[in-house]
Amino acid sequence: MKKLIGIVIAIAVLIVLMYGAEDLPPWADPGQPASLHVSPRYIERAFEETGVPNIVTAVLADYRGYDTLFETAVIFTAGVAVLMLLRRRLP
Amino acid sequence: MIREQEDIIIQTVCRIFIPFMQIYGLYVLAHGHGSPGGGFQGGCIFAASFILMAIAYDLDEVKRRFAEKLNIFFCSLGVFIYAGVGWLCLLLGGNFLDYGKLSVILPIDPVMARYYGIAAVETGVQITVMAIMVSIFLNLVTGGTHEEEMQKTRV
Amino acid sequence: MLGLYSMMAKNNLMKKLIGMNIFQWAIILYFISIGAKRGAQIPIVAQTHSHGQEIALHATDYINPLPHVLMLTAIVVGVATTGIALALLVILYKRYGTLEEDEIIEALKK
Repeated sequence: MKKLIGIVIAIAVLIVLMYGAEDLPPWADPGQPASLHVSPRYIERAFEETGVPNIVTAVLADYRGYDTLFETAVIFTAGVAVLMLLRRRLP
Repeated sequence: MIREQEDIIIQTVCRIFIPFMQIYGLYVLAHGHGSPGGGFQGGCIFAASFILMAIAYDLDEVKRRFAEKLNIFFCSLGVFIYAGVGWLCLLLGGNFLDYGKLSVILPIDPVMARYYGIAAVETGVQITVMAIMVSIFLNLVTGGTHEEEMQKTRV
Repeated sequence: MLGLYSMMAKNNLMKKLIGMNIFQWAIILYFISIGAKRGAQIPIVAQTHSHGQEIALHATDYINPLPHVLMLTAIVVGVATTGIALALLVILYKRYGTLEEDEIIEALKK
């Protein structure tokens, strides 16, 4: 019974998603809105402003360094949470 | 009997393998500027070497090489390095995490100051990711008790 | 879709967790595939030897680096979530002795 409801809902979500996927811009198009506003500035100015050839690392640690700081805090919190959940009876 | 021989082969191979894995993890971190890599990737590879040690050897071996208190110390050291570099840039007169202002205390121009700022920050991220991965794995495998009983249930 | 189906319809808690993992990796792959451009290279600047001269980089030569950056963060969040979920499964198993969902709900009702 539960499996039948599961299959019906999954197929319904699939149909809705494929209907919405027709409106996306054509794949690998250089003029799509995802790569128009901020990303050309990152690509063109990353090497002269930071001296790092790897644009992904430069964006991750310099232009978006604040996000990476809280990302590290998230993984630290997950480790502390596992520690708190599992180590209850200290000798 | 067969169990003993199998252990010797695995242990000998892992003894050669584990230092190379650690060097590869540090290599991925150091070459994060020129090829794909960086902090997160190098940290995971470094942690995988400790997990291999826990699988091939006893749990006591890992605890002897890498104590629990040192592990927990490394977790917070990495976040501290990251926030410390940002705070240092704030003290020197710029925004938070503005690495260009590091050229005030180091004898380099602002472009290379950002280069070294990125390198220091990625080191902090790698230390934290490595310590957390090993800690989560050890806690999950032993169920929190960190005893030798779980390892001795081989048939 | 496979992930959504197994999260809803399977009984065992471990299979639900695997379904969540499949769901998450599928979305990450989809986001990375958005940033591709026809006839472009990976976002690592190739010529670095001419350090004193001007290097002109065109944005159409390299693929979009932003999805890669954001998905690195998403992968780490996924690892954290899976780790905590596995810890919760260990505690549930110790307490109830089983990992089937309906048996746990039966034991909770009493």
